[in-house]
Amino acid sequence: MATASSLDRREFLKKSVAGGAALVIGVYLPGKYEALAGVPAKEPTAINAWVQIAADDTTTLLIDKSEMGQGINTALTMILAEELDLDWKTIKTEFAPAAPQYFNPVFGLQGTGGSTSVRGSWEPLAKAGAAAREMLIAAAAKKWNVEPGACRTENSAVVHTASGKRIGYGELVEEAAKLAVPVNPKRKDAKDYKYVGKATKRIDSQVKVTGTAEFGIDVRRPTMLHAVVARCPVFGGTVKSFDATKAKAVRGVKSVQQITTGVAVVADNTWSAMEGRNALQITWDEGPNAKNSSDAIRKLYQGRMEQTGVIARKDGDADGTMGGATKKLEAVYEVPHLAHATMEPMNATADVRADGCDIYAPTQFQTFAQIVGSKLTGLQPEQVRIHTTYLGGGFGRRAELDFVGEAVELSKATSTPVQVTWSREDDMQHDFYRPTVLVKMWAGLDGKGKPVAWKSRIVGPSIMSRFFPGSIKNGLDDTATEGIATLKYDVPNFLVEYLLTETGVPVGFWRSVGNSHNGYIAECFVDEMAKAAGKDPFEFRRALLSKDSRQRGVLELAAEKAEWSKPVAAGRYRGIAVVESFGSYVAQVAEISIDRKAHTLQVHRVVAAVDCGRVVNPETIRAQIEGAIIYGLTAALKGEITIANGRVEQANFNDYDMVRINETPLVEVHIVESKDGPGGIGEPGTPPIAPAVCNAIFAATGKPVRQLPIRAEDLA
Amino acid sequence: MRKLKSSAIGGTKRIFGDFHTAAGCCRIIGELGEKTMGTTFTLNGKSTTVDVDPQMPLLWVLRDTLNMTGTKFGCGMALCGACTVHINGEASRSCITPISSVAGKKITTIEGLSADASHPVQKAWIEEDVPQCGYCQSGQIMSAVALLAKNPKPSDADIDDAMSGNICRCGTYQRIRKAIHHAASLQAAK
Repeated sequence: MATASSLDRREFLKKSVAGGAALVIGVYLPGKYEALAGVPAKEPTAINAWVQIAADDTTTLLIDKSEMGQGINTALTMILAEELDLDWKTIKTEFAPAAPQYFNPVFGLQGTGGSTSVRGSWEPLAKAGAAAREMLIAAAAKKWNVEPGACRTENSAVVHTASGKRIGYGELVEEAAKLAVPVNPKRKDAKDYKYVGKATKRIDSQVKVTGTAEFGIDVRRPTMLHAVVARCPVFGGTVKSFDATKAKAVRGVKSVQQITTGVAVVADNTWSAMEGRNALQITWDEGPNAKNSSDAIRKLYQGRMEQTGVIARKDGDADGTMGGATKKLEAVYEVPHLAHATMEPMNATADVRADGCDIYAPTQFQTFAQIVGSKLTGLQPEQVRIHTTYLGGGFGRRAELDFVGEAVELSKATSTPVQVTWSREDDMQHDFYRPTVLVKMWAGLDGKGKPVAWKSRIVGPSIMSRFFPGSIKNGLDDTATEGIATLKYDVPNFLVEYLLTETGVPVGFWRSVGNSHNGYIAECFVDEMAKAAGKDPFEFRRALLSKDSRQRGVLELAAEKAEWSKPVAAGRYRGIAVVESFGSYVAQVAEISIDRKAHTLQVHRVVAAVDCGRVVNPETIRAQIEGAIIYGLTAALKGEITIANGRVEQANFNDYDMVRINETPLVEVHIVESKDGPGGIGEPGTPPIAPAVCNAIFAATGKPVRQLPIRAEDLA
Repeated sequence: MRKLKSSAIGGTKRIFGDFHTAAGCCRIIGELGEKTMGTTFTLNGKSTTVDVDPQMPLLWVLRDTLNMTGTKFGCGMALCGACTVHINGEASRSCITPISSVAGKKITTIEGLSADASHPVQKAWIEEDVPQCGYCQSGQIMSAVALLAKNPKPSDADIDDAMSGNICRCGTYQRIRKAIHHAASLQAAK
């Protein structure tokens, strides 16, 4: 079914039904795909999934989200299997092609990000599953000449309850496909759930432990060549001239091509392409960023900090109240650029022909990949077929399209399939980085230590102005202010300002986006406020959160499970933080020890409490929180991309290292039972860990940690 | 090197299948057929000869010449462990191993453990739900198998020592640790 996107939906349905192969349930948009084959054109509901049932009961689910580790193919399968009453053993999954019917309802585009997958897909997928089930029941009832109400489903079969007669879905496929799709199919009662809410093992482990999962870099096409690209080390720089003589002499090198992003060496294997690239002699026009540096950006920010920003949130009169406060606090926080460093470096494979283009890519954004392919080839978007592979990590990096464009340009130039592979150095030095930001915080406390005024001024670049320029209103970018402007603490006078400041360094979505820095800054500053108020950090927060708030719920659960009220072991220190992001609430308590002579820190244990609403797979939630903590811990302890002479100074894992197994704390995850709608889970575990660890350092040393990554002097 | 001959040019069929077996690989090498000095080694139990630049790292020979893509490229500098294979039983970083240096040696890759995930380490990985994105897991598993071959009952500290060269950006370390203990007990029960 990998080519389904190239077919008109109605044509596709006709073909597959006529071929007796599959029942395709309901992916259509009102007004666009008005009808299923042979069905009156009046269905108003957009359903957002494919379900194909073969004659042998094998059910193929088309997963319209990118699987980058977050367990989405397992979760979406659980949702569909639940409402369809599928036999788990009969299920197969494939990644969906790029097509409008797979648009993410949150974005209006086909893509995976913002922890939206379960949030966006729960309703449409559950409905698609329930609709399919009703159609299968109707087909069976017709066959047996009984009322549909006399039938039920179980394990991919319809059962006539009174007689015990039973017929597999596969035998009902053709009849069911002819029936109208119910507009409001009956959904299962949550108490009858068999899969949803139950800890379920991932469905992709087998391929991932045998080396057979196909990542983008593993795509192999007949006659395919391998390419690497030399890009200007300075952002925005261009090729002035180059000499490819030596590169072309390298064994295995086929050709050298100039493309938009630089000079590419095309060879019959990746290593020869890399060797060829080393032999290229290129003169760059380094452009306007040639003198850029981290110091220059810091100075730029410091200048901007003296100005008044655009108001992102204003409750009451923070400036006025601050003046009359009993205690006043002021602090400046700073975080650096960060690289995504997915384990699978960027890559893509394209096969451009006169009549169409196939793109095989580990992409988070199928619609954009299709548009890029179309623009670069002059083909119609529907002639550009997107084959999404497994993603060896995404974290927002694979929402970008640079690597896709390179593959398309190179395949077009060489008239053969080309896989472009980035080295680790390419990946680290040509990322779209988590922005560096400078944030000034002010707070005023009354005589009882209660905060009466809060003010934050955020200076940093905008991600959305490049990615979705239309979303920038009055110089505001929500992704730059989230995590502070979204705070729910009961502070009556609350002001958040933003000064959009571009730096010449490309920035992009990085797991949890603005919450990754603002969550850290807000939660560390709250500890500074608690100390000024003479209060326990947990009790201080608790008093500022309304009784039934979900923030308070996770805060209390984490504190209870970490035994916050009991003294911590000698030599150990604890810190707590709570951050809301992507519709979910996560509190973490970190327990650390510090070797003050060696200036080293060990994080021993992290107790996390998460409220992400209705749970699909508790095992995925635990895994995502565990992993998000490691991701955030790497940023807190090690992560720093610096710029000198317009270039990224770090290149590989020797100078941009990751937390490794020997530094991994014991993580406990506690999930709040909830009937609220589902929240995100891929990202919300990341923001609280840096402040939890920094607050533990604050508890140990009495000195706040106002800059990341944590430095040796913070541990003195 | 000549390019692969394939009947599937322009079609949508993947060219996997035959490439996944060492026999298939050898046949393909035969087809490639340039008559210069080759390097011969044992790959997952089968004698294999490749004719490539002697400096070409084993990683790229596996991935691009033999199309055995289970072994992953992560850093090219032996810093992340994604490319880990066994050379004469030792966990080794294939990204910095020139092919000429493995002449006559025994190489085991992830494809050589088992095709059906029946190796105790693979089983434990599935049972503990270790993989997330999964990209680093071939290397993690190869490092873990080498550890357990030498130390059938490793402590947490032993695991940290043996596994700290393998980065997992998804942060599955806690489960890796559990899975190694689990695999140790599966192996002990055999």
